Amino acid sequence: MSKEIEAIKDPGLPAHVHRASDTNPAIAKQAERQVAILFILSAAGTVLMIGSYIFIPNDVFIFLPALGNTHAGQLFLGLGMAFSLFFLGMGAIQWAKRLMPDDEVIAYRHELRSSDEDRADFVSTIKERSGAAALGRRPLIKRTLGLALGLFSLSPLILLRDLGPLPKDQLSKTSWKAGTRLVTDPGDRPIKPEDLEVGAVAQTLPELAQGQERILSDIGKDAVLLIRLRPEEFQLDAERLSWTYDGIIAFSKICSHMGCAVALYEQQTKHLLCPCHQSTFDVTRAAKVIFGPAARPLPQLAITVDSEGYLVAQQPFNEPVGPSFWERSS
Amino acid sequence: MSTREYVAGSVANYVDERTGAAAWMKKNLTKVFPDHWSFMLGEIALYSFVILLLSGTFLTFWFDPSQREVIYDGAYQPLAGLKMSAAYASTLNISFEVRGGLLMRQVHHWAALLFMSSMVAHLLRVFFTGAFRKPREFNWLIGVGLVTLGIVEGFLGYSLPDDLLSGTGIRIAEAIIQALPVVGSYLAFFAFGGAFPGEAFIPRIYTVHVLLLPGAFLALITVHLMLVWYQKHTQYPGPGRTEKNVVGYPLMPVYMAKAGGFFFIVYGVVAFISAVASINPIWLYGPYTPGQISAGSQPDWYMGWLDGLVRMAPPIETHAFGHTISWNILIPGLIIPGILFTGMALYPFIESWISGDKREHHLLDRPRNVPNRTALGVMSLTFILITLINGGNDIIAQQFHLTINQIMWFSRIGVLVLPPIAFVITKRICISLQRADRDLVLHGRETGRLLRMPTGEFVEVHEPISAEKAWVLTSHEQNAPLQIEEVDHRGVRRVGAIRNRLRARMSEANAQSAPKVSADDLKEIEHH
Repeated sequence: MSKEIEAIKDPGLPAHVHRASDTNPAIAKQAERQVAILFILSAAGTVLMIGSYIFIPNDVFIFLPALGNTHAGQLFLGLGMAFSLFFLGMGAIQWAKRLMPDDEVIAYRHELRSSDEDRADFVSTIKERSGAAALGRRPLIKRTLGLALGLFSLSPLILLRDLGPLPKDQLSKTSWKAGTRLVTDPGDRPIKPEDLEVGAVAQTLPELAQGQERILSDIGKDAVLLIRLRPEEFQLDAERLSWTYDGIIAFSKICSHMGCAVALYEQQTKHLLCPCHQSTFDVTRAAKVIFGPAARPLPQLAITVDSEGYLVAQQPFNEPVGPSFWERSS
Repeated sequence: MSTREYVAGSVANYVDERTGAAAWMKKNLTKVFPDHWSFMLGEIALYSFVILLLSGTFLTFWFDPSQREVIYDGAYQPLAGLKMSAAYASTLNISFEVRGGLLMRQVHHWAALLFMSSMVAHLLRVFFTGAFRKPREFNWLIGVGLVTLGIVEGFLGYSLPDDLLSGTGIRIAEAIIQALPVVGSYLAFFAFGGAFPGEAFIPRIYTVHVLLLPGAFLALITVHLMLVWYQKHTQYPGPGRTEKNVVGYPLMPVYMAKAGGFFFIVYGVVAFISAVASINPIWLYGPYTPGQISAGSQPDWYMGWLDGLVRMAPPIETHAFGHTISWNILIPGLIIPGILFTGMALYPFIESWISGDKREHHLLDRPRNVPNRTALGVMSLTFILITLINGGNDIIAQQFHLTINQIMWFSRIGVLVLPPIAFVITKRICISLQRADRDLVLHGRETGRLLRMPTGEFVEVHEPISAEKAWVLTSHEQNAPLQIEEVDHRGVRRVGAIRNRLRARMSEANAQSAPKVSADDLKEIEHH
């Protein structure tokens, strides 16, 4: 075969090929005009941006194909900004590519390593200087310095302590008590069993005492989902069945996996699904996990009705609600 | 001397007499950078960071990082009269009442996605071309740090508006903290100033998002760029390019114009996308309350793989001695990501240990010429891709009319089975490509011209390839695997026999390649 392959040696940098704009002044002039046009387009973009800011009222919506109903002010402001920046960049690059010198330049690398001499000097400097400090000969200073620095480095732990209170029993206790009424969320209306038809779902919270404000941290533990089935559909043991009332069963709405709201109820299959990680719970079997990463059923709230016929809790939750934590015992 | 020269001269003199900058500037203004499209990926990351600083500063002027409860009475009627946090209300205000506010929110969010995408693309370029090798290991570590911080910064950023979707994300983050053995519940209570969600978290992550992490980014990016500058950029192999030189264009004026222009183009493209494509329409989600959620809750893509891992985790918890360990959270949420990122950070050191190569490298590898590394990269990508698919399993199920269960089981099995398969296939493809290169050098390129021989046989005419091309295809090194003797020269067994055997085995796998064209090959072919 050919000779040029026979010796596969570095053929070296190929000869430079000049651009048309390097040799032909007319083409260089044309390139110059192109750059200028790009910069003018950029300026026009800025004018569009300023104009849209000033002249398009904030409540104008226009209908555009593909985009739908669009806020005109934001759209033209954005387009103006986009054109102004984009063409500015294009102009600069066109300038660089067509008019600035395009000869490839070779620079040489140097080994990063210091010379042996410098290294030796460095080592002796270190030895000499640390010798002057005489740390090695004064262990008392070394140790007390270590103590002082070590102790001080713990200070962030102290200073950050007041970031929050200790958990105490807050992760295991909710606001539900024996006799607490279930009220709708939103609306805070107490619920009677006949308000719920078979197949219905209601999001509830514990009734607040007069003048009490509901805070999000409570909702994060107290949210309860009521679901009404036909009583014969339950496959529960006697105790769990006694926690239901006339086909109405109540579960903590806070996922036992990572605490999202378990809000998707599939009426046909009677499954509850958490939209975060798709843990799926079977309502008929006390929210047993039938799919997904959750390891525990949703805690069930024992319910009954009070003397006025409103749904109330029989007792507090018998286990912590929400995601697991180290101190949780089951 | 013209007036302009005189003024420039006196300014330069003034500055130089106070800084001595002239000597440094003289050398560095003509600094040479090699040209290649793939070197612009890191540039895009840098520019999107600048865009993030600018648009983020704009947003801070109106954003109120407070979880104090307010009644909304702004311009967006569907939410009028609703209780919400001041953070959410002020984000609505930015979106609907501040002119250009929605645009800037979208610029900020799109730029964040671009920041992460370009960092990952840049990381892949560096990995597959071997740019992380000596002397650039420190810069690899800084890069891994930047990607990690980017994930955290992005998460904190989209958590700030306190809408229903982002609050759900914070809830999940809280559950991960809470799942830590021994200290979990304490850390969670310290981070949130009490029980979730409390009123402390958003003001706190705001400080981290706008001050602490951007500061860390600035410091790391500065060192990253200084090292690139000092060590000089790597270059692709080619005629005239060696380990000892850099071939390219000078900083002034070519790269100033190109890089400066490219910044404006990146900004322009982000602005265009932000003008026409809505992102994170928080007004549709409503304010956060722990009792509610919307279907199809999805994190941003750079968190999606983590969410996918969590989704596919088997439901395992240990309850013993009155304590609970949530493996279903710890393994996908902390342990696997920890292993992945540690492995990624240590990879340059592992590869150099395996190959025994301690020399400086400034010429990049063509990925096919390092089959083992390339296969490892594709294997990791396959793993991440499957977890990412599973992170969107609900959306995919809906779009493709599948069940979530099908996708979940595909992912659970696929995440274990497909990466090794990807490894093997990639390695074979690389070696096949090497063979193709070899063929090309030995037999030339196919011309498509058919020739009928006197015997009636048809042959295709091959034409020799250019010397430049032949050089590119053959200039790479092929090193033999390490030979580690089991006994030393005095016949004593070496310590660490298992480690040595492992190293020798890996070194052998690492060196597997189709042999490149040698002088003997050429001689032989001449006889034909």
